[in-house]
Amino acid sequence: MKVRNALLAGARGLWLAIFGLVASILLFVLTVLSICFIVLGIGLVTTPLAVRAVRAYADMRRGQAEAWAGVRIPTPYHRTRPAPRAGIVGHVEQCVALLKDKATWRDLQWLLMDMTIGTVIALLPATLLLYTVWGPVLALGVWKPIVRADGTFWFAFVPVSDQFTANLAAATGVGFGVLGIFVNRHLMRGHALLAQQLLRPTRERELALRVDHLTESRHDAVDSSAAELRRIERDLHDGAQARLVAMGMSLGTVEALIEKDPAQAKRLLAAARADSAEALTELRDLVRGIHPPVLAERGLGDAVRALALRMPLPVEVDVELAGRAEAPVESAAYFAVSEVLTNAAKHSGARRVWVDVHHADGSLRIAVTDNGRGGAPQPGAAGGAGVGVGDKNGGTGLLGIERRLGAFDGVLAVSSPAGGPTMVTMEIPCVLV
Amino acid sequence: MRVVLAEDLFLLRDGLVRLLEAYDFEIAAAVESGPELTRALAELKPDVAVVDVRLPPSFTDEGLQCALAARRETPGLPVLVLSQHVEQLYARELLADGSGGVGYLLKDRVFDADQFVDAVRRVAGGGTAMDPQVISQLLSRRERDRPMARLTPREREVMELMAQGRSNAAIADRLQVTERAVAKHTSNIFAKLGLPPSDDDNRRVLAVLAYLDQGGE
Repeated sequence: MKVRNALLAGARGLWLAIFGLVASILLFVLTVLSICFIVLGIGLVTTPLAVRAVRAYADMRRGQAEAWAGVRIPTPYHRTRPAPRAGIVGHVEQCVALLKDKATWRDLQWLLMDMTIGTVIALLPATLLLYTVWGPVLALGVWKPIVRADGTFWFAFVPVSDQFTANLAAATGVGFGVLGIFVNRHLMRGHALLAQQLLRPTRERELALRVDHLTESRHDAVDSSAAELRRIERDLHDGAQARLVAMGMSLGTVEALIEKDPAQAKRLLAAARADSAEALTELRDLVRGIHPPVLAERGLGDAVRALALRMPLPVEVDVELAGRAEAPVESAAYFAVSEVLTNAAKHSGARRVWVDVHHADGSLRIAVTDNGRGGAPQPGAAGGAGVGVGDKNGGTGLLGIERRLGAFDGVLAVSSPAGGPTMVTMEIPCVLV
Repeated sequence: MRVVLAEDLFLLRDGLVRLLEAYDFEIAAAVESGPELTRALAELKPDVAVVDVRLPPSFTDEGLQCALAARRETPGLPVLVLSQHVEQLYARELLADGSGGVGYLLKDRVFDADQFVDAVRRVAGGGTAMDPQVISQLLSRRERDRPMARLTPREREVMELMAQGRSNAAIADRLQVTERAVAKHTSNIFAKLGLPPSDDDNRRVLAVLAYLDQGGE
């Protein structure tokens, strides 16, 4: 395993060194030239393109740092930028904005560093492995023609001139190999950590991004609560309210008829009673949609259990909570589970669903797994940066949940390979009381 | 018949008192909170308690908890629970001790005074009175469950009415068949659910319990 990792690190390092060197030099030169050519005018057009290319490249390398070395580097760019105005004014504005953006300059610094120190570090793992092969190959006789042609030459720090020194070179090479097995992984990590210094957002930028995120999630929260109120208003208006009006009318007519036509009055009374029963049913459904009574009475655990009992398919519920979360968190979590379960029942073709609710590391964690056919659509990535939601059935619902959880800094992830199983996990930071 | 009534809303409490008194029940106490209910049940030993699920001071399922606690003290103490919403979860908890004498109805059922009073009497007599909504939720869910799936549509109808707490005579009346036919159906149901012969009332409760418990968690 260690050997495999070392080889992998070598290959990746080599790729980073070669591809990285070429790309970094190319992008650096292009960007710097573009910026210089702003004076000539042509830079106005090319600078935004160049910077965008640099950012795409940097984002790719951020991804690689996480995948290859486990070093997470958050992206520092503002996600939402207003669309540039058309014409020369737009170009100027765009250039000014990009040049004012510290991230642009930090990216350029990184490119410089990447093509120098970065390349050297990235080459090390591969070099160690190369020496491991090269040393024994020399010792097998390859040293002879080389010495004959060029005289004594250096294998790392070993001067090779005869069989003994060639053997020494082989031993050194093997030593390098052993060294590589132990340090290659760390070298890759070091490479990533170095990149992290310049690629991650500055503290100031981190805060700015946080403000962006908060603005967005607050916007979503306000939006969804307004939509919720509109829905409640409409339901009341068309439902219970209308029923009560009908009841009042029936009762009024009864009052007028009770002496003249008792039989008709009795029929109307029955109708009024039916209306009141209908109104109650509608109000009950409405209440369940606003804040389910079991949630208020028993908390999240039993509310999810009660929900499971209502599902048309068997749902296994496992809850481990030492207390109750705040009411808004409980409510968001409940409706999230409800939506996911409904999706599972409707679209997944699952025969069984498992719900796991527990609290760990300061977060409420919920996992809903079904044994259905999978292929559920991902919710749109937060902030609409992702692709639009393809499937109206599952996707919009999940997007709604994600927005609602977003108000609590909660996150939602969907894993649904074709063929299943589908697993939806949610995490909401909160404390239990 | 002596009744203890627990309901926090004055209008509803007053209405229930009037309704029950009109049907010749004696109201031993009409209380409005959980602690008062617990005390009344312990001191007055009523023939039946009619309890709202949600009561002060906590405004959670305090009424239900008090009723369950009282039944642990006095097994078989007849309790009819009223609620604005019905949950299978609660129905299960009420039936869990298997000793009968429990009811669980939506508050709307009070509208039909005859039926409601009938339910109170049934519960007081050690029977069950489950809201049709609990039963219909169960039916929609139990479609695929094995033992229930073995019931014929007619037996299913009988089961549904039995779960509501109706007697054979009442079921016969409702389905317009003879009481003997109903008795045959019920014994078939008991057999299919694997309930050993015992006193009929107890088996009815067990059948309902089996019904509620199946395939759940």
